[in-house]
Amino acid sequence: MELVAQDLTCERGGRIVFRNVALSLKPGQLMQLSGPNGSGKSSLLRLIAGLNEAQTGSLTLKGGSEDLSIGQQAHYVAHQEPVKSALSVEENLAFWRDFLGGGDVDDALAAFDLSRLATYPAGLLSAGQKRRLALSRIVLVPRVLWLLDEPTVGLDTSSLERFVKVMEKQLDDGGMIIAATHVPLGREPDLRLELGGAP
Amino acid sequence: MKLILALIKRDLTLSLRQGGGIGTALGFFLSVVVLLPIGIGPDQALLARIAPGALWIALLLSVLLSADRIFQQDYEDGSLDIMTMGPVPFEMVALAKAVAHWLSTSLPLAIAAPLLGFLVNLEPSAILPLALAMMLGSIALSLLAAIGAAVTVGLRRGGLLVSILVLPLYVPVLIFGLSASQPGAAPGLTTASLLILGAIALVSLVVSPLASAAALRSYLK
Repeated sequence: MELVAQDLTCERGGRIVFRNVALSLKPGQLMQLSGPNGSGKSSLLRLIAGLNEAQTGSLTLKGGSEDLSIGQQAHYVAHQEPVKSALSVEENLAFWRDFLGGGDVDDALAAFDLSRLATYPAGLLSAGQKRRLALSRIVLVPRVLWLLDEPTVGLDTSSLERFVKVMEKQLDDGGMIIAATHVPLGREPDLRLELGGAP
Repeated sequence: MKLILALIKRDLTLSLRQGGGIGTALGFFLSVVVLLPIGIGPDQALLARIAPGALWIALLLSVLLSADRIFQQDYEDGSLDIMTMGPVPFEMVALAKAVAHWLSTSLPLAIAAPLLGFLVNLEPSAILPLALAMMLGSIALSLLAAIGAAVTVGLRRGGLLVSILVLPLYVPVLIFGLSASQPGAAPGLTTASLLILGAIALVSLVVSPLASAAALRSYLK
């Protein structure tokens, strides 16, 4: 399995965000996306997730499922947390389990030390705890490709360690991770992709 | 199918816990129905004649009141992004959210409306046809409201725009809903109008998911 992108050009609101970006990612590899604000890190992740369209170029997941789009085989963690305040922590995860298919809620809660908060209304969580809840979704449902946009924002030291463990497990299982970040992820990336400055 | 049920269940739970959905709509409906006879004056015969129309208009406006919230929250917190990456077609997500709106708002209103008809001197013989027409019509109302909600999802305070966009689409429902629930209508008219209401609901059932999903996708880009 291999994720290959060639000649990707992304335009947003009439402005070229980046052009001719190429990447290749194999199982077990972590890619770190870096670059100044506005260089298109989030746009590239959304593009791979199928939420944006590329103006030029191609994007393929070799060896992936033919029936599913790349987005349907990937997890995307954005800046906002898709967490419902009126539901408990457990109910939030249970919904994503049912909707995305499969997974064990208790394991996912344990992965980010949220078991104690399972019945707590998600509206009362702190910013870091919400972040952990959003991240536990990617543990909950196994998918081969993770697209993470500033995943470590708001995490404390021990949560960061848990996050590194979770990433390592994904890579050991033959998964792939692309993470956009300004700060060290806690694990050396196998590949780096530097996006240029905003023109 | 299980995924769709999970989504509908979540939306219903949310609308129950957050309040604001059916509570606001029912409260609004009740205030229109209570204020109308006071505004019209104590003319019982006139009131009985306009009762079905008044109830229908109150129903349309109450449904519109909560329409802009169908996709709003999920759009803002990024849930819609994740839903496009789920195993089901995005059209089904749009349909499920419209169905949840129907179950949580339009259907309870359609059931309550004929019962509240006594406040506007609704003739007892009109209660059953009105209830049937409203239940059928409310399906179309929620589905059409979803289109308006999807088209305006990225706009702050899009509520007014939803009403302007959706009201023209509500006119056929209003016309045939009224002719189905007129007391003392010609025999056969009620049945024919109910059938047309059913047809409108079926057309909306096909058009609404496609249109809403297309509008939402273009916002997510």
